[in-house]
Order: sequence, then C-alpha cells, then structure tokens
Amino acid sequence: MMIPLLAASTTPLVIIGIYLGLLLALALFSRTLFRGTSTDYFVASRSIGPFMLLMSVFGTTMTAFALVGSTGKSFERGVGTYGLMASSSGLIHAACFFLIGIKLWSFGKKYGYVTQIQFFRDRFESRGFGYLLFPILVLLVIPYLLIGVIGASKTIIGVTGSKGTMPGMFPEFFESTGGAVPAWLTGAVICLVVLCYIFAGGSRAAAWANTFQTIVFMCMGLLAFYLISDKLGGLGAAIQQAKATHLVRTVSGEGGIVGVPPLMFLTYMLIPLSVGMFPHLFQHWLTARSAKSFRLTVIAHPLCIMIVWVPCVLIGLWATGKLPAGTPGGAVLAKTVGILVKDPVVVGLVTAGILAAIMSSLDSQFLCLGTMFTNDVVLERCGRERFTDKQIILIARLFVVGIVLLTYILSIVLFDKSVFDLAVWSFSGFASLTPLVFAALYWEGATKAGAFASVIAAMTVWLYFFQQSGWGGEYTVLNGVMPVAFSFGAGALAMIAVSIASAKPSAETINKFFPDL
Amino acid sequence: MSGKSIIIIMAVALGILHQDFWNWDNGTLVFGFMPMGLFYHACFSLAAAILWVFAIKCAWPTKLVEWAEQDEDNERIKGA
Repeated sequence: MMIPLLAASTTPLVIIGIYLGLLLALALFSRTLFRGTSTDYFVASRSIGPFMLLMSVFGTTMTAFALVGSTGKSFERGVGTYGLMASSSGLIHAACFFLIGIKLWSFGKKYGYVTQIQFFRDRFESRGFGYLLFPILVLLVIPYLLIGVIGASKTIIGVTGSKGTMPGMFPEFFESTGGAVPAWLTGAVICLVVLCYIFAGGSRAAAWANTFQTIVFMCMGLLAFYLISDKLGGLGAAIQQAKATHLVRTVSGEGGIVGVPPLMFLTYMLIPLSVGMFPHLFQHWLTARSAKSFRLTVIAHPLCIMIVWVPCVLIGLWATGKLPAGTPGGAVLAKTVGILVKDPVVVGLVTAGILAAIMSSLDSQFLCLGTMFTNDVVLERCGRERFTDKQIILIARLFVVGIVLLTYILSIVLFDKSVFDLAVWSFSGFASLTPLVFAALYWEGATKAGAFASVIAAMTVWLYFFQQSGWGGEYTVLNGVMPVAFSFGAGALAMIAVSIASAKPSAETINKFFPDL
Repeated sequence: MSGKSIIIIMAVALGILHQDFWNWDNGTLVFGFMPMGLFYHACFSLAAAILWVFAIKCAWPTKLVEWAEQDEDNERIKGA
C-alpha cells in the first residue's frame, strides 16, 4: 500500500528534476557557442537578437513575485494589485528600456563598457565615484538574491512537506522537517544548477537559460489559471467565490489591509523606475546585437506582464473565498493548486514554473556581481593590461563562485527572517538612484559633485525610512505615501542643486557623451 | 508638433489615466468574470504597448544608433 502513495507523492519532485535537467542541458549546449573571450563571457559578444533579449530582460525583471507574489498580494490587497504593480511597470519599465537602455547600449557599444560603474566613472570623470556606487549596488542586489534562494527553498518545502495527516515525502530522510526537503538541500541544488551554467557560459548561457525559463513560467502560470478556473466551474463561477471587498480598491479590513490607499497607488509608480538602475539588467541590455533588438522588448514587455499578471491576480481573488484570511501570501498559489487541482503532475509543473521565475533572475544577478567585482574592482585597481583575457574570465568565474557561496550561506542563516519584505526596499533603493542615470544621459550640466550629492542624499533618506520601518516590511507615511517618493525626490533635488552650483564637466567629456548628431 | 512631443504628451496622459480614481469602488464584472479595476488596467497595459509602438515609429534615436554602430561598420569595411 505504501508504494503507490510514495510514487504519487514524489511525482512533483521528479518533474522539477526533469526541468532542472533540461535547463542544464540547454545551458551546456549554449556553452558550445561560447567564444572563449571575456567580452563573450560578460556581454555575449553583444550578439543577442530581439526574441532572446525580450525573454531574458522580461525573465530577469520578473522574480518570484511574478507568479507567487502577484497571487499572494492579490489575495491580501485585492484587485488593486494589478494597477499598483503590473500596469505601471508595463509603462515605466518600457520607458526605461527606451530612454535609458538604448542610450546606455549605444555608449556601451561605442566605448566598450560592460558595467554601469565604468560608464558613470567616465561620465562623471571620477574613479572615486565608482567606489561609492559599487558597495551600494552590491548591497541592494544581495537581498534580491536572498529572496530568490529562500523563496525557492520555501516553495519546495511547501510541495514536499506534510499535508494534514499525510506525512512529507521523505520522513525517513528528513525527520526534522517532517519529511519535507530541507532548505539547505534545495538552496544547494538551485545554487549549483545556476552556478554550473553561469560558470560555463557566462552571459550567453544566462540568455539561453532565461529564454527557456521565461517560456516555462509563462506557460505554467497559464496552465494553473486554466486548471483552477476549470475546477471552480469556469471564469464566471470562479469570480463569484471572491470576497466583494477584494473586487474594489477601497481600503477596508482590520488595519486597512485590503484595498489600496490612493497616495500609495500614486507613489508606487516610482518603484518600477528601479529597472533603470538594476546592474543585472544593464548587463542584459549590453548583450543586444543591435539597437533594433530593443524594439520587440519595449513593445512586448507590457503585454508579457499582462499575460503573466492578469491570471495570477484573478487566482488570488478566487482564493479569497477558498483559503482562510491569514494564509501567508507566498503560499496562496501553491495551496490553491494543491487543494483544487491536486494532480501531482500539475503541482510539479507549476512548481517548476515558480522555480523558473526565481532562477531567471538569480543567474543574471550572480553573473552581474561577478562582472562588477572583476571589472570595477580588480581590473580597475590592478590594470587590465596585467591580465590575459583567459585570466580575466577565470577571475570572473572565481568571483561568481564566491558570490554563490556567500548567498547560499546567508540564505541558510537568514532563512526564518521575512526577506520577502526586503524586495520593495531593494527596488526603492534602485529607484532612488534613477535621477543619477537620467541626469548622466540627458543633462550636460550634471556634474561629478552633483552625482556624489545625488547618491548620498538618496541613500541617506532611503536608509532613514528603512530604519524607521524596522529594517524591512511594508511602510508608508502620510496616509500611504511610499518612502521612495522622498528618497527619489532627494536624489533628484541634490543632483540639480549641486550640479548647478559646481564646476561643469570638461569639454572632452561633454563631447564624448553628448555627441553633436 | 514633433513626433517626440506627441509621445511625451501621450506618456504623461497615460500616467494620469493610470490613477483611475473613478474606478476605485467600482466592483462591476466585465464579461461576467473580470472586475472593472482589473479590466481597466489590462486595457492600460495594451495602451502602453501601443504607445511604445508609436514611440519607436516617431522617436527612434536613429542618429545615436548610427553613431554607436559607426566604428563597427568601418571595421567591417576594413575587414572586407
């Protein structure tokens, strides 16, 4: 009697194993396309075409939040989740790709940049500015990485753990977790798989893997949507199960936890600006074969967001009538699939989709930190001419290994902390730095002193609110204003005021970045 | 009015339309399954995509891109 039960319950894990195997195979295939140069390792020799650029950029910007977070937030706050996080992103992400991405790609191609800091150092005529920006970017990326690894571990615990009276999948192996695959093992597997292909093929492998992962998580989201709505009796019957309070944006519930305050809705629009300063996205932009490759990304990005988020928000709304109110947001999708669909094959496929969304961001972040350490610290300090191209690749690979190891250890140590709450703070931090990149690209009068002042002002205000929030968690002021409104404003004001008052950049720099076209 | 100006006006208009305060407490179900607040913003996503189609048509940075790709073209010519 035990054998069929065991066989059925481990099916999701087998499917996840197949997904990881396919991912590795694809990434190892992309290894055969690796040209062995550092430019290929860092920016895929600037050879990625429109479709892969769209998939890798979209996959990178959509983290675990795309499937898990959207469903959970909709379950908690209701229908306003889409306008709050998705439709604004469709407009603003694409604006960043168009206004910032294409310009940075042009300078990257012209002057051979592979990191943001290289661009800023030249634009603001300051080596020191790189040393100010470098730790800030690294510290803002690390919580983002932890969200991925811890999110993956928690997802697998949810799938393999005990359900009611039924024990977890491996009670004889993992007694302490009630039979669930423990976080240390999931974290190790996820980190190792990502490490394997990033180590082998760098940026090109990441682009191939991201394309596969993005297709997987988009398809699995739609599959979950179809099967759940079918089990609920169709779309019309499904929405009838949602709580009426969740179908509007009006604030309600104890402590106003349902709905969206208008000021929050307005100021949340600044958060998607974060993509303008994500270092991992900058690296993806540089992989584009030509500026024309951006066209599909700019147009299709809002549509891809819609394809993923509308079904997930609807699932979250339907779940309000099925799950108890206190259910953690991160567990809503898995629980809804588990309770309504039950089929272990579907559970495995949807879990693979969630992992795909997580891993498509993780790989780019690992790679970008390795690239930044290599180029902005080692090569900057020691001189590029001291190393051969092969040695540069080796240094980058060693850094990637170190970062993966550090992330893995931190994910174990901080496993019980609510790191998901850090996501919005990480995004707010990057968004607060957007005045810097915008001024650097569009204002000849933006100066070195203005750049220093902008970063210091934005980060000081950000840090103040971060501390006020108790180092993470949802936090607003003045009836719903997001702290990013203040930190972004401080960064913009400091850039303008100090640049006006300080010495202008040299004519050589102006000619370099504002060519007479 | 230049193409760029039209795109900027359209983008600002979309930014304002995003704050659909008139839908705040509207729980009407469009097509019997989609709450108005979600339907409106799904349409907003489509409008954003259309805006970027126009932006690419009317405000594509042709000169900047040609300038960036100039050296590459020269190298190709030299190689040939």
